[in-house]
Amino acid sequence: MTVVMEDVGKSFGGPTPVLEDVSVRIEPGEFVCLLGASGCGKSTLLNLIARLEAPTAGVVKTPREGAAFMFQDAALFPWLTARGNIELALRFAGVPAAERRGRAGELLRLVHLGDAADLRPHQLSGGMRQRVALARALAQDRPLLLMDEPFAALDAITRDLLHGELERVWRQTGRTVVFVTHNVAEAVRLGQRVLLLSSRPGRVVAEWDVPAAARHDAPAAAALTAAITARLGQEIRRHAH
Amino acid sequence: MRTDTPTLDAPGRAPGAATDDELRELDSGLDALQAVDSTRRTGLAGWDWSRVLLPVAAVVLLVAIWQAFAWLAGARGEPITGPGDVLGAFGTLWAQGLVQQAVATSVGRAVVGFALAVVVGVGLGLVLGQVSVLRRAFGPLLTALMVLPNVAWVPLAVLWFGLSDATAYFVMLTGAVPAVVAGLTTGTDQVPPQLRRAARVLGASRLETALLVVLPAALPAFVSGLRQGWAFAWRGLMAAEIIAVGGPMGVGLGTLLHEGRAASDLAVVLCAVLTILAVGVLFELAAFGPVERRMLRRRGLLEGSTR
Repeated sequence: MTVVMEDVGKSFGGPTPVLEDVSVRIEPGEFVCLLGASGCGKSTLLNLIARLEAPTAGVVKTPREGAAFMFQDAALFPWLTARGNIELALRFAGVPAAERRGRAGELLRLVHLGDAADLRPHQLSGGMRQRVALARALAQDRPLLLMDEPFAALDAITRDLLHGELERVWRQTGRTVVFVTHNVAEAVRLGQRVLLLSSRPGRVVAEWDVPAAARHDAPAAAALTAAITARLGQEIRRHAH
Repeated sequence: MRTDTPTLDAPGRAPGAATDDELRELDSGLDALQAVDSTRRTGLAGWDWSRVLLPVAAVVLLVAIWQAFAWLAGARGEPITGPGDVLGAFGTLWAQGLVQQAVATSVGRAVVGFALAVVVGVGLGLVLGQVSVLRRAFGPLLTALMVLPNVAWVPLAVLWFGLSDATAYFVMLTGAVPAVVAGLTTGTDQVPPQLRRAARVLGASRLETALLVVLPAALPAFVSGLRQGWAFAWRGLMAAEIIAVGGPMGVGLGTLLHEGRAASDLAVVLCAVLTILAVGVLFELAAFGPVERRMLRRRGLLEGSTR
């Protein structure tokens, strides 16, 4: 169930590898945020965990059941309704036809979209689409959920709301979540642990535990956000020359 | 530095403390504000008569101009064939049972030929779409076939197959198959990459991806390929029937046209031309139009279009 990466490197043949000496251990049920500037290999790291790509160095150990994946783009199938999208995912996951409809309904209710089951993607708002995408990712029933900046394209109000939704779904389903973002406040808001990746090559350069208390203590959260932002700025300035 | 981080989900409290009910309420409020008003453009309840009336009005207008022109020409002592003459010729041919026979023969051939073209085109399209070597090799040839008017194949087909149905089918296939293949390959080329990626991370097998994701995603382009294929097939059939006359070819609409020309009877020629046009358009309107519109509406691709 644990995700373990030992001295992982990934190079696409360029002068500097995209990832170098990345060692991370993620415990079952943990919510980890990967933070970094653009081009730091965050997405590559997720692809390695999802086994969509193979590392060029080191070892990646992931749960045998595999990982569910969610992108910035909801990538819903436009010819299917919200329910149809989830039923198709259940079909890919090998759920028998008779059970799919009921399970799809449950998953839609989990993301508070029980009433939108028969709408098509173009009739949904951006936030609703991402919630369908979340339900679709959960349809795979895999212990690990990888999220690649899933809320980056949403307006601030919707994003705020989806943070609450995701946290609730995470608590209800007990998934392990690896959440990539370049938004410090988002990382502190959601993660139990925040990993800062450097750019070119991507390395884990700093790590913070977000105390559970910070969720109920706005000044503490703000202080942590400021500290991480400062460290991130330092990392970005390194590329100024 | 901020000293407070209020969030929507917990009015007056620390972040993350919202109850499930509060979240649900916020969700449905925001959904109601943001979602597309789905009650607005559902034109399913009432049939949109302007789709029928406007084209009919356009045709009536053209016929009226033609009739007026015929009257003027008649008054000047230089009579030309007017709509009335064509209608008369149509009545005569109808009484002889020739129109019915010609339409039945041609439509029968068209349906069989088009079905063949679809089967061959889909098979070929799927193979070319999967095997890039074959596609590079044969793609340009198929494009070339689309450029070549299929009437050019009629002499060859007559030499090979004689005056038989096979001649008609061959000429239809040379036009329709490349169109169907092109529709299918363009369709699969234009499938947004994120849909394939979604299928991949959702654990779809290659076959499942092809059948349940790529094929439906490619459907709009495929349907317009079919539509074009139908037009090419119908044109090819008429070319074959006009040129290859006699024997087992029987009487099709093209044959009717040929006979009108042989008899120098302009009314019969026009009558055949208009019937050919009418049958072709009728198939287009009855079969492809509604399918295409329904498909595009379901995908939200009709908004703002003038269809």
